[in-house]
Amino acid sequence: MQDRPSREELLQAVTRFLDEEVVPHLDGSRQFYCRVAANALRTVMRELDQEEEQLAAEWERLNALLHVEQQPPSRAALKQALRQRTEDLCERIRRGGADAGAYRTQVLDHVRASVKEKLLVSNPGWLR
Amino acid sequence: MSTTTTPTPFSADSLAPLLADFLTQAVRNSPQDQVRKVSVIALHLLTGGASRQTWSFDAVLEKTDGQVETLPLILRCDPPGGPQAVMERSLEFRVIAAAHQEKVLVPKPYFLGDDRLGVPFFIMERIEGETIPRRLFRDPAYAEAREVMTQQMGTRLARIHSVSIQKHQLEDLPRPQHGRSPAEEEILRYEEMYQTMAREPHPAFELAFRWLRQHLPAHQERTLVHGDYRMGNLMFGPEGLRSILDWELAHIGDPLEDLGWMCVRSWRFGNDTLPVGGVGTREPFWQAYEEAGGYPVERASVHFWEIFGNLRWGVICLNMTQPFLDGLSTSVELAAIGRRTSETEWELLHLMED
Repeated sequence: MQDRPSREELLQAVTRFLDEEVVPHLDGSRQFYCRVAANALRTVMRELDQEEEQLAAEWERLNALLHVEQQPPSRAALKQALRQRTEDLCERIRRGGADAGAYRTQVLDHVRASVKEKLLVSNPGWLR
Repeated sequence: MSTTTTPTPFSADSLAPLLADFLTQAVRNSPQDQVRKVSVIALHLLTGGASRQTWSFDAVLEKTDGQVETLPLILRCDPPGGPQAVMERSLEFRVIAAAHQEKVLVPKPYFLGDDRLGVPFFIMERIEGETIPRRLFRDPAYAEAREVMTQQMGTRLARIHSVSIQKHQLEDLPRPQHGRSPAEEEILRYEEMYQTMAREPHPAFELAFRWLRQHLPAHQERTLVHGDYRMGNLMFGPEGLRSILDWELAHIGDPLEDLGWMCVRSWRFGNDTLPVGGVGTREPFWQAYEEAGGYPVERASVHFWEIFGNLRWGVICLNMTQPFLDGLSTSVELAAIGRRTSETEWELLHLMED
């Protein structure tokens, strides 16, 4: 168990420092890269905040699309299993399994939800 | 688009005398000017990508009659020790020369390099202007240009597609192979790229590749395609379009590919209500293109190429982050771009429903 500040608080401190105390003193490509760096930290903060919920939701949707499986207990195992199940889904798509009908709608809904989860972390402003 | 580490650039101090030597010799070889000596001043690196470098400089020509002429120039070269270029410099030079001869808005190409820099290079005219989309969208200085941008972008694109491959002997540009149509060729090219490097499965890309194969354009036009015709590669002055840059993705293919690419959402740079590069709407762009002698803009085909364009940019994002993932580059920009892939996935899902 670590002391305060928490990792979220530390990330906030560094991001604010870059935004307010570094970016204004740079120009050209260095300023651009510093903004990119601060944005990357914001992505990490959003991921820390949403990851657990997003991974569980993705697992539930894949249960409905493929077959019901028990969610692995550790986060690493869950990510590994999600990747494998998404590979399986891709294989179905390549074989034409999602070309038409209700299953296509279901697959599109799932993929849209998953991409939305990625954008909620990497660039929420992109969603419409 | 590149796949290796950030190269060590030349230093301006070591480069300037080499360039001056080259230019002195090159200018002496051209009969019309009696030039005694060429010196190189104000040499500085504009962009140093992994696959090419762009330097700006002025060449001062001292003539035998005592007159002095200053030429604003650009040096395009491969970085020393860099990777295999996307396109050979000599081919890029020939494409620009052909385009220039046919009155496409391009910088005048002056000299193809020799072996004196140790890397392939060429020298062309430097045109001044603005390429940064956000400034072009907002700066009052470009208010007048904004009125004519969409129309000019259509008109000037038609000109590119009229450049004869045969007349200019551009047959060695990348082109469809083994009887494939241009669309089939492009799908295959990017599908192979995706499959060899994607580290995570991307169901949205799988759906898009499948959709594209099921909606191939019926027509089979083959022309010079710019390949990267978008905001960022177009240079404007306050009066309008001045120059079309960055020809290294040029190839032989379906002309409508360039129209679709211009509408990829990422080139709107936030101006999402204006699908054509954040400056215009589709119909006036297509109309200007057709009226300037462009190919008929078949709606289903141009929609196909817009979907393809978003997919292509998504695959390029994956490609660009590879050097970071491989430990070959420490660039924060290359690190961050990997996460931009999802932007194109979102757009693809949206477009496939239309």
